[in-house]
Amino acid sequence: MRHLLGTEGLDVDIATAVLDTADELKRTLLGREVRKLPTLRGRTVVSLFYENSTRTRVSFEIAGKWMSADVVNVSASSSSVGKGESLRDTALTLAAAGADCVVVRHPASGAAHRLAGWLEDNGTSVVNAGDGTHEHPTQALLDAATLRERLGGLAGRRVAIVGDVLHSRVARSNVHLLTTLGAEVVLIAPPTLLPVGVGAWPVTVSHDLDAELPAVDAVMMLRVQAERMHGGFFPSAREYSIAYGLSEARQRLLSEHAVVLHPGPMLRGMEIASSVADAASAAITEQVRNGVHVRMAVLYHLLAGDNTAGAADAATATRTHGGEA
Amino acid sequence: MAPRPRGATEPAAERELLSAGDVARTIARMAHQIIEKTALGAEGTPPPVLLGIPTRGAPLAARLAERISEFSGVEVPVGALDVTLYRDDLRRRPTRPLQESQLPGGGIQDRVVVLVDDVLFSGRTIRAALDALRDHGRPTAVQLAVLVDRGHRELPIRADYVGKNVPTSRSEAVSVLLTETDGRDAVLLGVRA
Repeated sequence: MRHLLGTEGLDVDIATAVLDTADELKRTLLGREVRKLPTLRGRTVVSLFYENSTRTRVSFEIAGKWMSADVVNVSASSSSVGKGESLRDTALTLAAAGADCVVVRHPASGAAHRLAGWLEDNGTSVVNAGDGTHEHPTQALLDAATLRERLGGLAGRRVAIVGDVLHSRVARSNVHLLTTLGAEVVLIAPPTLLPVGVGAWPVTVSHDLDAELPAVDAVMMLRVQAERMHGGFFPSAREYSIAYGLSEARQRLLSEHAVVLHPGPMLRGMEIASSVADAASAAITEQVRNGVHVRMAVLYHLLAGDNTAGAADAATATRTHGGEA
Repeated sequence: MAPRPRGATEPAAERELLSAGDVARTIARMAHQIIEKTALGAEGTPPPVLLGIPTRGAPLAARLAERISEFSGVEVPVGALDVTLYRDDLRRRPTRPLQESQLPGGGIQDRVVVLVDDVLFSGRTIRAALDALRDHGRPTAVQLAVLVDRGHRELPIRADYVGKNVPTSRSEAVSVLLTETDGRDAVLLGVRA
């Protein structure tokens, strides 16, 4: 694996390898005093963030540090981007300064792909940490890791994704990944918050949350992305909450084993009732915890091996190493 | 097709160094040696912790622990320690999947740890294992048990318990087969692929 730009088209073997690695890393670090592995010593990871973020950025930083990589944070507001430097020049500067991997978040869909193209000759890996309304693959991977942990597996499970699907890169990445891993996805949103062409996605679509909840194994609430909305997508926050908020009454419709996820940051009281977010069925803090292990696994697959020969796909890597060494 | 284990060769070029019976006898002998050297059963001496290095060190450690408890009546804790994350040659090969590490409940702090692997060659796996151990605690002593020592050390490491010393050339390959991972017990000598 050279870059991680999205979950669309991500090979099932590679996705599974990353999730298995994350599980193994979590087990390895469990209860240890020294939560640091020497695996990526001497590697440099730069996180380049053009949008605000707490959990993704902190998660990548901790993941890199626990693997002993040197992690450098660059935020657009405090860098030469503020002087008008282009994304391409910024990226080439970082690569020339010795970055082995650039973790990029950008408000424009497709920015990570462009970056990967520009950095192709430098041997620098690119991880998409969210590009516009397009993809957020590590979030989908950590959601999948959390669901695997809670439900024991994803094949045949039914997952509802609820809310602002139109603006959500988390929803897009999850649709691709969850269906690749064998789950069934139902999107539940007002018609105004569904993207054009959703009919071609491998999902079912519904506008009735109450009708869908009893049959799902997991419900993934989305954030209403007010910053991306330039018009009236729904009449009022209160009406949205009544139709699509996960209230206590709605929680009672869920089956006992059902898991509640939210990528954060949450709008408590609107998207999700506070008591639901704090209930045992909610796995929201586990998502954050698993996020660190998943990002460690991604950095491991991108940076630990010799990925220059193109023979480095996790799926084709030698699965067994006999005793000789 | 699943890739062959590193160092494995075409069957035609392989010669059997140890048969299934030889492997069983060797493990029994090593179990006796571990009992003797670690003063197992002596008052005030906690039993050693056996840690196998995956892939084949893990089942070997489990078999040694079984034999030890059979011969001495003392249960020894057994676990597995994947050293992939500590290897110094990661960047020279394609990314390898991690294998399961499982440390016994009591941990390794102030215990004698016996690392168990199938083949001792350059010594780099064991160096990685020593680094990994350091992150889990401070054992009072670390010993090494290997089924086959084929020489060609690149680091100053030697085993405390050796099932069989096999002088080899670098162009040869030693393959340990175990029922748990390969369907049968044997040690084979072949030509390196």
